[in-house]
Amino acid sequence: MKYLDEFRDSARARILVTEIEALVATMDVPHDRPLHIMEVCGGHTHSIFRFGIEGMLPKQIELVHGPGCPVCVLPMGRVDDCVNIAERPEVIFATFGDAMRVPGSRKSLMQAKADGADVRMVYSPLDALAIARKNPAREVVFFGLGFETTMPSTALTILQAQSERIANFSVFCNHITIVPTIKAILDSPDLKLDGFLGPGHVSMVIGIAPYAFIANFYRKPMVVAGFEPLDILQSIWMVLKQIKEGRADVENQYARVVPDQGNAAALDAVARVYELREFFEWRGLGSIDHSGVKLRDAYAQFDAERKFAIPNVKIADPKSCQCGEVLKGVIKPWQCKVFGSACTPEMPLGALMVSSEGACAAYYQYGGIKQHVAAE
Amino acid sequence: MCLGIPGCIVMIDDAAKMLATVDISGVRRQVNIACIVDEEHPVSSCVGDWVLVHVGFAMSRIDEAEAAETLKILTELGEARAELEAIHLSAAHLGGQPA
Repeated sequence: MKYLDEFRDSARARILVTEIEALVATMDVPHDRPLHIMEVCGGHTHSIFRFGIEGMLPKQIELVHGPGCPVCVLPMGRVDDCVNIAERPEVIFATFGDAMRVPGSRKSLMQAKADGADVRMVYSPLDALAIARKNPAREVVFFGLGFETTMPSTALTILQAQSERIANFSVFCNHITIVPTIKAILDSPDLKLDGFLGPGHVSMVIGIAPYAFIANFYRKPMVVAGFEPLDILQSIWMVLKQIKEGRADVENQYARVVPDQGNAAALDAVARVYELREFFEWRGLGSIDHSGVKLRDAYAQFDAERKFAIPNVKIADPKSCQCGEVLKGVIKPWQCKVFGSACTPEMPLGALMVSSEGACAAYYQYGGIKQHVAAE
Repeated sequence: MCLGIPGCIVMIDDAAKMLATVDISGVRRQVNIACIVDEEHPVSSCVGDWVLVHVGFAMSRIDEAEAAETLKILTELGEARAELEAIHLSAAHLGGQPA
């Protein structure tokens, strides 16, 4: 496939690991305080475990897994809201597969489906719109989920529904935005980060300018990274080089996909359809100002929150579950008390164990605990 | 859902609705191409484009020149390292400092 093999070339990966080792060796990193580099995006977390990248890196570098998995940061109450909508007899509830198994306080969407609710897994919001076209007597609700990567696709689907005057289609909008979240992490006293790998596909939409504050105000290096092993290794090397040279810049390693200015058509659709919410609730991170979007008044007829009475329940996470600390990078997944025992991908307690982009599921699937040992 | 997958546009299905067929590893699927067209790159010129597909939308044209450039930097990095190692190795054999 296009540029998959090339960016998985093991000979080049070895060269990069050697470069990283050589660079770190000149940097005088204290033994008890490795450099902390956060990959913001869950897609990176998945690649890092899948390709065993942690095990390739010298001990002076520690990767901190960030909150950029939209399924993982869904609070339990939000799943309950979905189940409540889905259980209405007139509703067909359409969702990406990732969200099906996230536990709610009563049940997951998967369990709701087993109990008779009409929940359908779709690949694209356009597929949800097609279901609405085919079933004019039913109300089709699409669960809009994701950062800026998927935000434009939901917006364009709403614009399409409007142009076709489809009246039985609406979106339960849970789209979230990355910049306020990175800021919240930088302001968090628990965390001492030395640099960031920037989310490649969010940046493909928003460009690299919105990250300028990370370099200018917080003085941290940020390298927007692709998702193949060579992309990630090269980006780590670029972050290290900035630290070594005392620079803090926003750099773009993933230029084959990310134009510096972002995607104008996608941003235009986003600006037309959404406005910022005052605040939005995240699992583990609490409420973050301006971190979510909702539909503008002009699109009220496509807004599930206005079409249905949504209880908007707030439910605390199970006490034993430490998703919050893992999300902020304060503890590693395997340090959570229930990891691999009460919480597994088959029977997840927390959302981080559900999505393949969640740090816990990635650790569990690819044996992250043993990687350091195996590499030595 | 956030990772996306590369595919090649093989056919324009509906120019007005900006729908095209993409071949993704042998699987064909209709996608929306509104985000990768503009005045300089109209719908009619999209066939043959390699694009990154996210949840049914082509979100970015993969820039072959940029991809080649990134790979070139990686190769040069390796060549420079090999060169330096050769210099140090010879110096060690000769029992002195690199010239």
